[in-house]
Amino acid sequence: MDFGLSEEQQLLQDTVAQFLANENDPNQLRARFDAEEPHDETFWKGLMELGLGGLLVPEEHGGAGLQMIDAALVAETMGFAAAPGPFLGHTLAGLAIALGGSEAHKRAWLPKLATGDALGTVAFGEEDGSWLPEQWSVGGDALTGTKCHVPYGAQADVIVVGTKGGGLALVAPGDGATIELFEGVDRTRRLYTVRFDGAAAEALPDGSDAASRTRDAALILLAADAFGGASRVLAMSVEYAKTREQFGVTIGHFQALKHQLANMALETEPARGLFWYAAHAFDEVPEDCERMAALAKAHVTDRFMHVAREATEAHGGIGFTWECDVQMWFKRALFDRAWLGTPGTHRERAAQLAGW
Amino acid sequence: MDLSYGPEYEAFRGEVKAFLDAEWPLKGDEAKLDLQGQAVAFRKKGIAAGYLARSIPRHYGGSEQEADSLKAQVIREEFARARAPMEAMGIGTMMLVPTLLERGEEWQRERWVEDTVLGNTAWCQGYSEPGAGSDLASLKTKAELDGDDWVINGQKIWTSGAQHADFMFILCRTEPGEKKHGGISYLLLDMKQPGIDVRPLRQMTGGADFNEVFFSDVRTPKDWIVGKRGEGWLVSRTTLKHERNSIGNAAQAQGTFRNILKLAKQSTIDGKPAIENPAIRQRLATLEGYVQAHVYSGYRQMTAGLRGEDAGMIQLMNKLHSTNIGQEVAKIAVDLLGDGALTDPSQGARGLFAGPENAAGWVGQYMSSLGVAIAGGTGNIQRNVIAERGLGLPRDYFADAHKR
Repeated sequence: MDFGLSEEQQLLQDTVAQFLANENDPNQLRARFDAEEPHDETFWKGLMELGLGGLLVPEEHGGAGLQMIDAALVAETMGFAAAPGPFLGHTLAGLAIALGGSEAHKRAWLPKLATGDALGTVAFGEEDGSWLPEQWSVGGDALTGTKCHVPYGAQADVIVVGTKGGGLALVAPGDGATIELFEGVDRTRRLYTVRFDGAAAEALPDGSDAASRTRDAALILLAADAFGGASRVLAMSVEYAKTREQFGVTIGHFQALKHQLANMALETEPARGLFWYAAHAFDEVPEDCERMAALAKAHVTDRFMHVAREATEAHGGIGFTWECDVQMWFKRALFDRAWLGTPGTHRERAAQLAGW
Repeated sequence: MDLSYGPEYEAFRGEVKAFLDAEWPLKGDEAKLDLQGQAVAFRKKGIAAGYLARSIPRHYGGSEQEADSLKAQVIREEFARARAPMEAMGIGTMMLVPTLLERGEEWQRERWVEDTVLGNTAWCQGYSEPGAGSDLASLKTKAELDGDDWVINGQKIWTSGAQHADFMFILCRTEPGEKKHGGISYLLLDMKQPGIDVRPLRQMTGGADFNEVFFSDVRTPKDWIVGKRGEGWLVSRTTLKHERNSIGNAAQAQGTFRNILKLAKQSTIDGKPAIENPAIRQRLATLEGYVQAHVYSGYRQMTAGLRGEDAGMIQLMNKLHSTNIGQEVAKIAVDLLGDGALTDPSQGARGLFAGPENAAGWVGQYMSSLGVAIAGGTGNIQRNVIAERGLGLPRDYFADAHKR
């Protein structure tokens, strides 16, 4: 019986947290958030040098060969820092290829994804709001159709595309794909619309299993990111309550605000065990994984959104400004909540999976 | 991470099961005893086998086992499965025994610990007063020395089980000159004596779990005091750290969730099973997010305990998180009941902690979920604790001002 982090896991999390504290402090984050340039390659390169490009890529293909709980701990830390960039799509692309690709696919892409020499992403969303494998309609030997909300689609060297029938295919952007920036709310994770018109695609041989596993992984990583984000906006609000003065005392003396902050903590802290367990189940309790991933995504991203709204209010007038840091996490919460389907969608899935 | 118990504890589980198979239910003459008698007889066997009263020294009737939260958990699971009695539940075992072991006199431990754990002696707690609820230290019930006795006058309230209790542990003001917290002593007294008037408090459910207790010139011997005069506040803060049950609370939340799921399957909305109603499905799945979060928070705390680490802020949240779950269950239930919510709960209310089995029971639960949220520190008191001890926010100004 041990439901806690190992020393290695704590070290991994501390290392990433330290890097982000140095390289993505609120001023650096804001510069990236406000930048026209969608992708800060220098910052991304730093993350790749830490080894974050291939967390879930097997060691034989140049990755770290870690488990989902490790990747989720990194995602939590990224969420805490609102770290900008393609970590989510890149991690999922590597996982999808490792799980579903042929030996040739793996040899071609995994080592380069692990080092960051190539950038990967996933294209799951569609124009009608579909996100899930059973709903995908893009297909054909030469792909036709549109994928939406593709993270860093324009910068990616390889896109793992969800295809009709619930499979996956690899596309190296070029002829037959038009890629446009989507004006997204979360400027820490830029999205693109990718229109395929006869693009050359290679189906992954085990694409169907890989698609459902990658969906679960995405749900878990979003839940972990949301937990980190919720913890951060709570910490920011507590800090503000300890420094802002009104009526001659810090506003943290006032019980109305103390109770609001206590409620925010109560919405946040218990959710840690939930995303931990979903991530643990991904590798160790496969029969629980699909349902717990759905429940974790629904619950934790909803909590993050709620806590981000509360944090905005707890900051008073300044909370409503672009200048206040909370807004960057608020927008990250909107992303975590909506990307890959709303909490309502995943709660219904969890209900079905339980046989209700 | 590993949520299994491992071979050593599974072997231990085998021993516990074998013990239960052999000893429970009781056989022969012992099986003819009344329920209380059976429970006492079985507890003695459980103590002799080392499964019960594990934190209590042998000298005081315990089994004095090395602290092992996992073994304790295995025992709880297997005893629950076999529906076998554990230590006598109640305020005596939970609060008085640890207090006596930590702060009591030798003769007090010898006299009361074993009988309390076995269930031969029942206790009630005299803490709250009409004017001293969340601000307990403002209590006014007085005890004055008269020769070799304390003489107690005043009133307590919310006293569970006072009508059945043999003894009470009570906080009284004994040092009139001292400031608030410093003037209190922790006394023990015999409930079966003149001058004590126990009046049941009828709850909104119609049931009566609590009482008011009035004292007029009630006497208790001078040495029936735990700790020194004026130390009662500190004595009352003694808590049991040994083999803390981190996941029992979560198991209870899971049980409550199973009950509401069952109700959703049995109820209908617009002629169809309520469980097929999209809004109900959403509410149940939303609730389950909290329930599962609660369950795995329990495992986190258990692991921290096993490792000797501090689990952090989550420890302060267990009560509020679980009572919030209980209240949401209740709200979903009244929607599932439909016209059933018009039912008088008094026929179904079976106390605060029983699972409802009919409309009356669920209407009772709709109310008693609030009782549980209020009892033992209201939600707002819990929020103060989370804010002050968890988030490091300043202490409440007025609470501080009184202490000065």
